[in-house]
Amino acid sequence: MTDTTLPSPRNNLNPFAGLMSGTVGPVTVVVLSILAIWYISAAVLNTPFQQEMYERAGQEHVQFTRFIADTWAQERPVLPAPHQVIVEIWNTTVEKKITSKRSLIYHSSITLSSTLLGFLIGTSLGILLAVGIVHSRVLDKSLMPWIISSQTIPILAIAPMIIVVLNAVGISGLLPKAMISTYLSFFPVAVGMVKGLRSPEIIHMDLMHTYSASRFQAFWKLRLPYAVPFLFTSMKIGMAASLVGAIVGELPTGAVAGLGARLLAGSYYGQTIQIWSALIVAAFLAGSLVALIGILEKIALKRMGMAR
Amino acid sequence: MTTTAVSKRRIDMPAVLAWFVVAMVVVGLFSRIFQPDLGVMDIPRLAICLAILAIAGVRYELGFMRNWVGDLILGLVTAISAWLLVTTVSNHQGDAALGFWALTAATWAASWLFVERLAIWKTRSPLSTRIINLAIPALFGISILVLWEIIVTGAGVPKVLLPAPSEIGVRLATSVPILWADFQQTFMKAVLAGYAIGCGSAFVAAILVDRVPFLRRGLLPVGNLVSALPIIGVAPIMVMWFGFDWPSKAAVVVIMTFFPMLVNTVAGLAASDAMQRDLMRTYASNYWQTLFKLRLPMAMPFIFNALKINSTLALIGAIVAEFFGTPIVGMGFRISTEVGRMNVDMVWAEIAVAALAGSLFYGIIALIERAVTFWHPSVRG
Repeated sequence: MTDTTLPSPRNNLNPFAGLMSGTVGPVTVVVLSILAIWYISAAVLNTPFQQEMYERAGQEHVQFTRFIADTWAQERPVLPAPHQVIVEIWNTTVEKKITSKRSLIYHSSITLSSTLLGFLIGTSLGILLAVGIVHSRVLDKSLMPWIISSQTIPILAIAPMIIVVLNAVGISGLLPKAMISTYLSFFPVAVGMVKGLRSPEIIHMDLMHTYSASRFQAFWKLRLPYAVPFLFTSMKIGMAASLVGAIVGELPTGAVAGLGARLLAGSYYGQTIQIWSALIVAAFLAGSLVALIGILEKIALKRMGMAR
Repeated sequence: MTTTAVSKRRIDMPAVLAWFVVAMVVVGLFSRIFQPDLGVMDIPRLAICLAILAIAGVRYELGFMRNWVGDLILGLVTAISAWLLVTTVSNHQGDAALGFWALTAATWAASWLFVERLAIWKTRSPLSTRIINLAIPALFGISILVLWEIIVTGAGVPKVLLPAPSEIGVRLATSVPILWADFQQTFMKAVLAGYAIGCGSAFVAAILVDRVPFLRRGLLPVGNLVSALPIIGVAPIMVMWFGFDWPSKAAVVVIMTFFPMLVNTVAGLAASDAMQRDLMRTYASNYWQTLFKLRLPMAMPFIFNALKINSTLALIGAIVAEFFGTPIVGMGFRISTEVGRMNVDMVWAEIAVAALAGSLFYGIIALIERAVTFWHPSVRG
């Protein structure tokens, strides 16, 4: 495999040489092989049930190609084939009205709104904590160890309780779910911002000192610009984490709406295709949210003259 | 304008805190502390203690006993007054009035002041510096617990919403067998098995990927993408495939821990310099010798980073997977059922166990890291 796909630089006659030396070619190959493995394992995993179905129907000696095609077209497969998932996603996004309870766009928008709210609160909280920690010795020494150990607590385990309890108080809707996202997303932002706000070299801080800059000015003109790349990196992690928080936050609400509810309903009724399509949509959502922050990062760094 | 003013006359945090303590104690001494009509003078111990607290707090500003003895007295008096507040409020649940909250605020500010003083103590021996560095976060944690206890009992928050730490402690002590069974099911079986398989297989995969540059270029972007995905969503699928018992939870843990470990190990294997690799070549070392003597040791900080991330991910994965179906034992099962029965103190006890297990797991890995990467600048200090 290495011989055919990794041509030596001398071998320029090979038309794939340029294609395979970058990242696009290898990534395509890896993705295609994942799809191939998926199809094969779908066929293998669905075989027992398919054979049972043939036996019940009294069919024997089914053609191999038809057999394979049937394993990829079951109603409730153990592992649905990729095209089944894609068809399901198409049916539940494009074919359904957005307001319909069965539309994945409807469910995604609910998850997305609590993700974004939680991310917003979490990021602001993280930045505030970081500013406090950088400027106060006591906060640094007393708070920092707890921020780190707060993440060893499996907060997702508390998620159902937070939601049930807040519902009991009368707070329902977006905020309880967003709180879990907040908890998950404040940590990377706080840690990254502390690192970033401390990243100016001593010589630069000294320069600000010779300008007789106040702490506020040093913060605004030196520390904050230095921390921006760190902020974007940690915001990417925080965004992914807050989506996870929003999805898990939807599990205990009794499966009303949202991607998490979709997962739970699918697992109750054995609708594997529904689970997989919710999963793929969630993955797509995470990918595009992270990519969005990546674009913002590029624009911001370019305007600040920091583009790499 | 305001910024220049701040730079000329720095806000002195200890002074603000000290006068805040005095103000709060004065408010507390002259107003009701409990409904219907109970002043602080009815509890002489508390009154005397708080008076001493105010004096000890403000002594630095007035200019006497500006040494560590004064600081220690402040700390001691703060602890005693916190204890008195906790014991008195347990007799007057839900009756707290303005004066009581003022006294609580005074105690809180005093403990902050004590920590503030503690942070600028100058010590000569590194041991005492370490003890102080451990004591500060510990004091912070304790004061949070005390504040939680005081506020919950003082304001009479219903037990269903938020039980007091003491109630959680009682529940923790009385239901040890159940908690232990849950811990065994979730942590000893699902988490440890999944963690070992996930990290081990990802490590082997990383070495294979590193051997083949094509795979490295192709698999790494995919791995990075997958690390950002909500992998926890595979939990229902795994429960469907592997049944209700712990193997399905272990499978979720394997999938969750695989990609962080893979990505970090591959990044770590690329961490050695060209110069160092050239040195190994001049020693005529082969691939495996270079791997074991140079590249794996250099990769250790990255690998341990992944192991630490995974230690928390593994616990989360196992607990959340239990929401989708489980035998009648396990931490996730207990949490979801006890929430349904409104036994919130049991849930908190389970959370305390989970937090303890997670912190210990993380701590053990951090200790191993210190032993293995003793050469790294972050460990040498």
